[in-house]
Amino acid sequence: MSHTVIFYIFSTLAVLGAIMVVSHKNPVSSAVSLVLTLFSTAVLFVLLHAHFIAAIQILIYAGAIMVLFLFTVMFLNIRDSELKFDSMNIPKRMTFLFLFIAVVGFFASKLFSSSPIVFSELRDPENFGTVADVGRSLFSDYLLAFELTSVLVVVAMVGVLVIAKGRES
Amino acid sequence: MEITVSHYVVLASVLFAIGVYGVITRKNILIVLMCLELMLNSCNLLFVVFSRLYEGATGHVFVLMSVTVAAAEVAVGLAFVVSIYRQKESLDIDLLKLLRG
Repeated sequence: MSHTVIFYIFSTLAVLGAIMVVSHKNPVSSAVSLVLTLFSTAVLFVLLHAHFIAAIQILIYAGAIMVLFLFTVMFLNIRDSELKFDSMNIPKRMTFLFLFIAVVGFFASKLFSSSPIVFSELRDPENFGTVADVGRSLFSDYLLAFELTSVLVVVAMVGVLVIAKGRES
Repeated sequence: MEITVSHYVVLASVLFAIGVYGVITRKNILIVLMCLELMLNSCNLLFVVFSRLYEGATGHVFVLMSVTVAAAEVAVGLAFVVSIYRQKESLDIDLLKLLRG
């Protein structure tokens, strides 16, 4: 029962945050709304016994990535007059909106009519989703992928330095 | 009403659709990047849901990888934003038509 209540509260918060991300004019408000969405998703991760992933979500996504976003917004020092361009015309936006509502509604009706698997009937697995569990998998089956990630991060870091520094002149 | 897999799949698809809507309609390059994050996040939710369903850690490892890739993507994307803002003095993506034939 509590699973149901928590799911509905935090999925509503997540969707509200997502709607505010796409509707706010100011990038700072959008970033704060995105933090709301990410936090609600982290709560849903806890609900699904993914405790380590929930911690990662809050530390890296809501912490590091969003701070990077906010830092860039502050760094660019955008004036309000420069945010005027930010709207497609209304009919075009409405077309896309109705298109998406139709697609999502179609899938939702298909899914709810198919045979469902109830989460509260699943057994509670022992130490599933803990750091030990995820770490064992990460350092045995997915060791190569994990090591390659470090290459990706180094390449991204060097790339960022080269791009952001600009030409010497 | 009990929560089923369908609830999570519908929630993830709603979040994804909102992200796609933002990417298509918004013209502020920063907000387009944020909507990309939203889409990645909804996919992470699906990974965790099905990982719980089949009781394997594979989905969690995948989410870990995707968070790393998202962090790298945001870092590179924001570096592009800074570079573009220096040149164009604007964040409007419609101004970026250097490659248009």
